[in-house]
Amino acid sequence: MIASPQALEGIGVVEFGSYAAGPHVGKMLANFGATVVHVESLARPDGFRMQYPPYKDGKPGINGGGCFAYFNDSKLGITLDLKNPQGLALARKLCAWGDIVVENMRPGVMARLGLGFDALKADRPGLIMLSTCNMGQTGPRADTPGFGSQLTALAGICGLTGERGGLPTVLYGPYIDFIASTLGAVAVLAALERRGRTGAGAHIDLSQYEAGLVFVAGPLLEYHLSGRIAERSGNDDPQAAPHGAYRCESDGWIALSCWSEKEFARLAATIDRPEWSREARFGTLAGRKDAAAAIDSGISAWTRGREAASAAAILQRAGVHAHPVNTMADLFTDPQLAARRQWQRQPHPVIGNQAYCAPAFQLSETPGRVTSAAPLLGADNERVFRDILGLPEADYAAMRDAGAFA
Amino acid sequence: MLEGILVLDCTDRLGWLAGRLLADLGAEVTKVERPDAEIHASGWRALNVNKRLVRLDLGGSAGRRELDRLAASADILLATFTPEASDAAVFDYGRLSAINPRLILVAITPFGLAGPKADWIASDLELMAASGAMSLAGEPEGAPLRVSAPQSYCWAGAQAAVGALTALAARGRTKRGQCVDVSAQAATIVALAHAPAFVDVDGTTPTRAGAFMTGRSVRGARFRVFWPCRDGFLNFILYGGVAGRRTNVQLVAWMRECGAPLGALSRIDIAKWDPTLATQGEVDALEAPIAGFFSSVSKREFLEEAHRREMLGYPVSTVADIATDPQLAARGFWQDLAAADGEVERHCGCFAVIDGERPPLVPRNDERVRAPRAAEVT
Repeated sequence: MIASPQALEGIGVVEFGSYAAGPHVGKMLANFGATVVHVESLARPDGFRMQYPPYKDGKPGINGGGCFAYFNDSKLGITLDLKNPQGLALARKLCAWGDIVVENMRPGVMARLGLGFDALKADRPGLIMLSTCNMGQTGPRADTPGFGSQLTALAGICGLTGERGGLPTVLYGPYIDFIASTLGAVAVLAALERRGRTGAGAHIDLSQYEAGLVFVAGPLLEYHLSGRIAERSGNDDPQAAPHGAYRCESDGWIALSCWSEKEFARLAATIDRPEWSREARFGTLAGRKDAAAAIDSGISAWTRGREAASAAAILQRAGVHAHPVNTMADLFTDPQLAARRQWQRQPHPVIGNQAYCAPAFQLSETPGRVTSAAPLLGADNERVFRDILGLPEADYAAMRDAGAFA
Repeated sequence: MLEGILVLDCTDRLGWLAGRLLADLGAEVTKVERPDAEIHASGWRALNVNKRLVRLDLGGSAGRRELDRLAASADILLATFTPEASDAAVFDYGRLSAINPRLILVAITPFGLAGPKADWIASDLELMAASGAMSLAGEPEGAPLRVSAPQSYCWAGAQAAVGALTALAARGRTKRGQCVDVSAQAATIVALAHAPAFVDVDGTTPTRAGAFMTGRSVRGARFRVFWPCRDGFLNFILYGGVAGRRTNVQLVAWMRECGAPLGALSRIDIAKWDPTLATQGEVDALEAPIAGFFSSVSKREFLEEAHRREMLGYPVSTVADIATDPQLAARGFWQDLAAADGEVERHCGCFAVIDGERPPLVPRNDERVRAPRAAEVT
């Protein structure tokens, strides 16, 4: 085992979250050493366990879901029946232990359960709570239930994806949820910094919709300034030409772009079109955009007979922006991701040796890592309540018999 | 929340968002730009608002000395560079750490500081390709697509902010800074949801499905996601499950109230219809009257009615739709700041509401505001 302490060691996180937007926050913190407890109930397990493939051997099963596992590695998993008074009492006790509570229920649900910020703060004055939902905790549409995949359309991102004049395009999964989870982690960590200085906790109200808008802040400001409405434009970019994806050998694709006349000259020389450098019409961005069809067909003629990986390596050596369009399978063989140990395997009792995604950043002194596979439903009840919260054995048994862990 | 934290932001577009997020939560962020850097484009202004501007020529010794002076008292230094480039030496962690051992250096690069592609160059397009995101967007027979508004820079910047604050938490205990090595390629993988898990768990490779959703019906039916409406497009899917059935029932009720032709919808019990067992023929027959109905509905009408009826689905917004959304106005999302020419610049406000209040962008007449004027040139 690695001996160095992790960045967030000693920080306790309690998640009343399911699907993506809540649990992904906890995963990011868990990978840097926080102790993260994912709360479910037997009656209402996390929807990602059963509702979304992939499943081990293709069969939906409560502990065989690869989707749930992917977002819940390195955590402890418990079950509590929050409608049971004993279960609720344990939930309060757990929150009094935690430094951070993350929840992604509809607004008001936590308060109705007796787990609202004010109630929890009474037991734990420095508590940091992140409430993340579709629209935020307030406003005329606060109570909107919704899926992140569709919210991505409301935030303008689907409308900005697709061919010019064509239909909007689906982005895979609940795209916007991960913007919200990343920004949620930023807010939670900032609150932790303030608590260290002042002792004050925080209640963070994060609207997934607003979080998504941050990723289109440029086009939004442009509209406010000039009235220009940004539109989808395939793979075009106003500042580069060529700028697109080209077919390669073996059904592969390569993405490449040129951001200056010099870079275009390097491309031309590399793909055996030295005459392009002498053509006046290719000497400006506007000229290259006008001649896009001729340029694209010249590039395609060169890429079509090559594997994307070798074509990209040749172009990069020449100083041209280029990279293969990685498929999901390619991500597991990409040498750069392998060098960064992007996929870290952990044995899962049902799924087997699953690859979990490591953090996008690495810390030189307190590196993050995937420490364990995702928990089976309720796997850590004893560990959390007996070992961490210190519940005497008789009390634990009484709670169990009273249905607290259902 | 980050009051008193000093951030030196030496990023290009790959990292702008990191400093913006930290500034929005109260950090004092100083944006370092070249003397000749152009700062009028909306992309720059949107993500560099709320920062103070300092212009330095890092190619010259005076500029570097000034950078070192600022780094000596900074908590966090955000930088984008390629390890091969000449400015990489300026941002060498060992060098900076000798000046200020408490400094957290956040290096945001396309592929990370080490590894076989550490010196590869990439713009948003190549990063969207490298992360796998492009392979999941576009028509199945067409080219893989990126999002027309660059996304990978935002993913890199957002993950860099997480990294900076994770290192800050560690510093609370160790009293020492460290180097945070952010890979934009890896940061953009976060956008893919659980798509990579398919390769690993069941050996399949998810790919792009254009404007349709596949993988829901055991009979292979695909479901329409985007529907033309009176003034644009809607995102609506015939889902199953509790929320999906409620949605379908409410849609049929809404159509009935409007006197819209129900076609095949009138011949089934929509409350019991299960999309997982549907054939393509059934789906097409049910979707036809819905398409007819939606063509008469406006985006705003759909948004309000879907909310009232607790239906899943949203309009496909343009920036103009977003700008007039009452939900955002009610929550004080927009922040107006005075611009140089006496006009008002309307920015996205802080991304979160903290303890019931949205932390304001620094108000007008403060030098941090306004895609800031040059405060200093060295």
